Amino acid sequence: MKPAPFRYADPGTLDEALAVLSAEGAGAKVLAGGQSLLPLLSMRLAAPATLVDINGVPGLDAVEVTGDGVTVGALVRHNALLHDDAAARVQPLLARATANVAHPAIRNRGTTVGSIAHADPSGEMTSVLALTDGSVTVATPSGPSTVEWRDLFVGPLETSISGPAVVTSAFFPALPPRSGTAFAEIARRKGDYAVCGAGVVVTLDEDQRVAAVRASYVSVGLTPEVHDLTDAVIGSPVEKADWTAAGELARTLVDPDGDIHASADYRRLLVGVLTGRTLAEAAAEAAAAVTRE
Amino acid sequence: MTSVDTERTITVTVNGVPREATVPVRRLLSDALRHDLGLTGTHVGCEHGVCGACTVLVDGDPVRSCLMLAVQVAGRTVTTVEGLARDDHQGGQVLHPVQEAFRECHALQCGFCTPGFLMTIAAGLEKRDPAAELTEEEVDDMVGGNLCRCTGYANIKKAVHTAAATMKDAR
Repeated sequence: MKPAPFRYADPGTLDEALAVLSAEGAGAKVLAGGQSLLPLLSMRLAAPATLVDINGVPGLDAVEVTGDGVTVGALVRHNALLHDDAAARVQPLLARATANVAHPAIRNRGTTVGSIAHADPSGEMTSVLALTDGSVTVATPSGPSTVEWRDLFVGPLETSISGPAVVTSAFFPALPPRSGTAFAEIARRKGDYAVCGAGVVVTLDEDQRVAAVRASYVSVGLTPEVHDLTDAVIGSPVEKADWTAAGELARTLVDPDGDIHASADYRRLLVGVLTGRTLAEAAAEAAAAVTRE
Repeated sequence: MTSVDTERTITVTVNGVPREATVPVRRLLSDALRHDLGLTGTHVGCEHGVCGACTVLVDGDPVRSCLMLAVQVAGRTVTTVEGLARDDHQGGQVLHPVQEAFRECHALQCGFCTPGFLMTIAAGLEKRDPAAELTEEEVDDMVGGNLCRCTGYANIKKAVHTAAATMKDAR
C-alpha cells in the first residue's frame, strides 16, 4: 500500500503548473486535495509519472457567489463549501450534498472541484453539478475554456479533459425561483460511499402546482445523469402531489449496476424510496418559497 | 522553471519542534512521521483513508496522514498524538482532557485506533463552543470517520461527552 515512484512539482502559479504539465507529458497528473487520488496511488490503480501539486497556486481557493450562481475554485475544500452560508442561500444543494461527502477529516483536505474532476459516479458533487446544470472552467496552455457537465463525464473516473489542463473552478447555477431542493443517501455507515444517493429539485408555479421535477443519483449508473420526473406529477397541487409515483417513474429510468455492496435491483428500489422521500422534502421547501413571494 | 524532484528535504514543525527530513517525494506523511521522525504514536491501518487511525492535525485541522505526501507539509505545523499532552513544567505531562476521558471511560482496549480517535475528537471539541450543548449527532460526526473494531463505540462516545464536560468546566 505505497504509491509507485513518481516525480513531484509544486508550481507557484497557474502558468507554471501548465508549463510543467506540458513538459512532463501524458504521464503527469494534477494533485489538489488528494483524497481520491492518493488512495488510487497507494492501491496502485494509478501510477502517474509526475504529480503536479497545485496547492501552492494562488487565487484558486475562493467561493464566489452572485445572483446567477456559485463559482467554486479548485482549492476550495469540501468543509469550506459546507459552511459557506452565502453559497447555500443561492444554491442550497451545495451544502446539503457536501454534508454527505465522507468524514470531517476528509472534508478538511478534499476539494469539491477535485472530486468533480475525479468523475467518480459514487461522488456527490458530480451529481450536483449535473442536477444544477453546471459547468467547469479548464485552464490550458492555449487559454481557458468552459466545459458543460454533459460534455465532461465520459465514464467512471474518466472526463473529456485531456492534455495539459487544470480544472480551475466549477460553476453551479442558482436555484430557480419557487423551487426547493433535497439530498439524501443510504450508506452502510455514516460517511461511507453511498449505496444510493438522490438529489432533487422541485419547481412550482404561482398557484402552488408542480411545474418541474428533476433528480440526479449517486452510485447509480456509470456517469451522472439528470432525470426529468415532471410527467408523473405535473400540474398537481403541491400538497396532493403523488411523490411515490415520481419515485416509481424514476425506477424505470435508471440503470444501476450491481456490485459487492448492493444488487442492481436493490439500488433501483432505493432510487424509488429516496426519490419519494426527497421530493416531499423539496416540495415543502418550494411551497414555502412560493408563500414568501 | 518549477523543479521536478524525486526527493526533497523538508522542514516541518511537529508538536512544536522544528524537524528536518530528506524523503522520497512519494513518501506518505504517515510513514514520514513514523520512520523518518520516529513518532510511532501515529498508527497506520488501512492506508487508503478509510480507518482514520493515522489522523493527525495539520495547521490545527484533522487530516488523514496516509492521504498526504510528506513533502506537502513542508513549512507547516503538524500535531501528532505525542503532542496532545501538555508539559506540566515539573518534568511530567498533563494529559489532554480527551486522553483523560478515554482512560476514565475505558474507551480503548487494544489501542490501535486510539491515536486517530484522540486527534479527531480533540480537534472537534477544541473547535466548538464549549458552552453549547453537545448533541449526539455532533458526537457521531466526530467519531464516525474512525474505525474501532474491539472496544465498540459506546464507551468512546461516553468519553467524548466526559471530555466535553471537562473542557466546559475548564473555561
